[in-house]
Amino acid sequence: MLRVEDTAAVEFSTELLAKCSEIISRYPEGKQKSALLPILHEVQAVFGWLSANSMDKVAEILNIKDIEVYEVATFYTQYFLKPQGKYVLEVCRTGPCCLVGAEKLMEYIGEKLGVKENEATADGLFSYRGVECLAACGYAPVLQIGPEYTFYENLTPESVDKLIEELKSK
Amino acid sequence: MGRKLLLEHINVPGINTFKVYREKGGYRSVEKALKTMSTDEVVEEVKKSGLRGRGGAGFPTGMKWSFLAKPEGVARYLVCNADESEPGTFKDRYLMTHIPHALIEGMITSSYALGAHTSYIYVRGEMMPQIRILEKAIAEAKEAGFLGKNILGTGYDLELYVQPGAGAYICGEETALLESLEGKRGNPRIKPPFPAIAGLYGCPTVVNNVETIAAVVPIINDGGEEYAKIGIGRSTGTKLISASGNINKPGVYEIEMGITVEDFIYSDEYCGGIANGKRLKAVVAGGSSVPILPANLILNLANGEKRLMSYESLSEGGFITGTMLGSGGFIAFDEDQSVVRNTWNFARFYAHESCGQCSPCREGTGWMEKVLHSIVNGTGRPSDMDLLVNVAKQIEGNTICPLGDAAAWPVASAIRHFRDEFQWYVDNPELSQKQNYGLAHYADPLPVLETIEN
Ligand SMILES: Cc1cc2nc3c(=O)[nH]c(=O)nc-3n(C[C@H](O)[C@H](O)[C@H](O)COP(=O)(O)O)c2cc1C
Ligand code: SF4
Ligand code: FES
Repeated sequence: MLRVEDTAAVEFSTELLAKCSEIISRYPEGKQKSALLPILHEVQAVFGWLSANSMDKVAEILNIKDIEVYEVATFYTQYFLKPQGKYVLEVCRTGPCCLVGAEKLMEYIGEKLGVKENEATADGLFSYRGVECLAACGYAPVLQIGPEYTFYENLTPESVDKLIEELKSK
Repeated sequence: MGRKLLLEHINVPGINTFKVYREKGGYRSVEKALKTMSTDEVVEEVKKSGLRGRGGAGFPTGMKWSFLAKPEGVARYLVCNADESEPGTFKDRYLMTHIPHALIEGMITSSYALGAHTSYIYVRGEMMPQIRILEKAIAEAKEAGFLGKNILGTGYDLELYVQPGAGAYICGEETALLESLEGKRGNPRIKPPFPAIAGLYGCPTVVNNVETIAAVVPIINDGGEEYAKIGIGRSTGTKLISASGNINKPGVYEIEMGITVEDFIYSDEYCGGIANGKRLKAVVAGGSSVPILPANLILNLANGEKRLMSYESLSEGGFITGTMLGSGGFIAFDEDQSVVRNTWNFARFYAHESCGQCSPCREGTGWMEKVLHSIVNGTGRPSDMDLLVNVAKQIEGNTICPLGDAAAWPVASAIRHFRDEFQWYVDNPELSQKQNYGLAHYADPLPVLETIEN
């Protein structure tokens, strides 16, 4: 759901605005709405999530109605409509991964972080959630971390421990 | 060793760069097509090759291309479907990661054939690393004069862009993909009109899978007839199979169509047999949407002959004893796996991914998920299996897009072939929470490995 109560003003940097213009140039004249999904990814990469104000700004840039942006942001699972942990561990929970232990691994991550799915740890660093098949079933279990969606394959409890330590010390 | 057309050079160091790819003979198909062939001749070669769409439906590519409307003064588009979200399928990711120029080359040659001057590769948003790889490959190809204005001095112009999705299985369906590319929710369109008449921005459009487009390269280099010599019957050429689950060597394999399923599973060239010395219980051969088969039926046809890795052989027996090649997502289940649990998992997936436009799909997928969930958790009722079959029937064929069928088939086939396992869950609510049903009579009938020569 949209968090309309979040009213903090957002400012798009000149880099971000330049990126938006570059993306818009990929489509024919008048078809700038096509830039919506890629621009939302860019905005989320900067702010960590999509606030109502940031979406309104995108609507303004694309010269479309605010609701057209909300419709899209609420349909696609990659967009976060509220603030997240700094690192969101997205673990595949679909059939092929489960054949080789994805469910147990997700339980392990939950215990390790001491939070429920979609909750952030107290230090704000981590959260985790189950996602659907990531097209890496042969390297299962797998998880990814945005905004560049870095991939971690053939996971074990040990490799998860290591990953979490590495991210903490970054 | 089978012939490799797509993955021949996959292990060459640096093959992901333009330079090395070119040294290995890359971009010849662009030179040949643009300099020596008319657009119709390119389409004709693809027709002769017998190539069928590798995205799942298996529709003949040359025929699809020849349906493209060509009204004067209207732009035409080629859109590559790199949404790859069908559970069990990971070949497109593999190809784009390791040999991205194969896709870029195929896009240029194919765009030329279709008369497109702007083309898009729609990549699922989770594949950000692959998006970066493709963007780099496009920049390299442009730098070398294979993209942009007046390509190789032939007067042909083409711009190629990568478009990210944002997490939605349904955007793999071609009309949902086009909606998404237009910056909207991924709701499939009612057909007709088909994209060949009114696709992206209402203009004539061809949507093809990554592997389909990459296969155009060897077809133009060697000729459609050469390509058609590989394979069996109407299953020509090679196919990328994504192999996962309980096998010794999961991964992506390029096979010549027509090898036996047995060879694919047990030989060292491919999956290397079932992992941990266990036995095979079941296989989903073409991605999560196709019917699941018990070991004995995936290895052999109902008449006892060996089943082959081809469109025809995998579907032999219809839905009574057969399945489909689909997208080539080959998922193997060993004796310790629960078919019931996996069926619930897939049902959950489809309920989650339904776009919600049509009520049979929206309500039916959710209902099946709930019923299966209760069976898995030991609170199922004896009438549930019939109920599930009934709900699946109500969905099948009654929806705007094939996601409804894709959700119905796995459930219907699991109950058809593994009904006693479902029954066991219902009859043994407590035991089923502690123990697996096991192999039962689904066992692979083979004296494993002895019959296979490598
Ligand atoms: C629910 C659903 C999901 C699909 N997902 C994909 C996909 O991820 N990749 C793909 O190439 N085709 C997918 N398809 C098939 C496409 O609709 C379309 O048939 C295909 O892209 C055509 O290309 P081809 O002829 O080269 O196979 C999907 C179809 C449905 C109904
Ligand atoms: S069948 Fe399902 S996914 Fe397809 S259009 Fe209908 S509701 Fe959407
Ligand atoms: S099922 Fe996990 S990546 Fe495919």
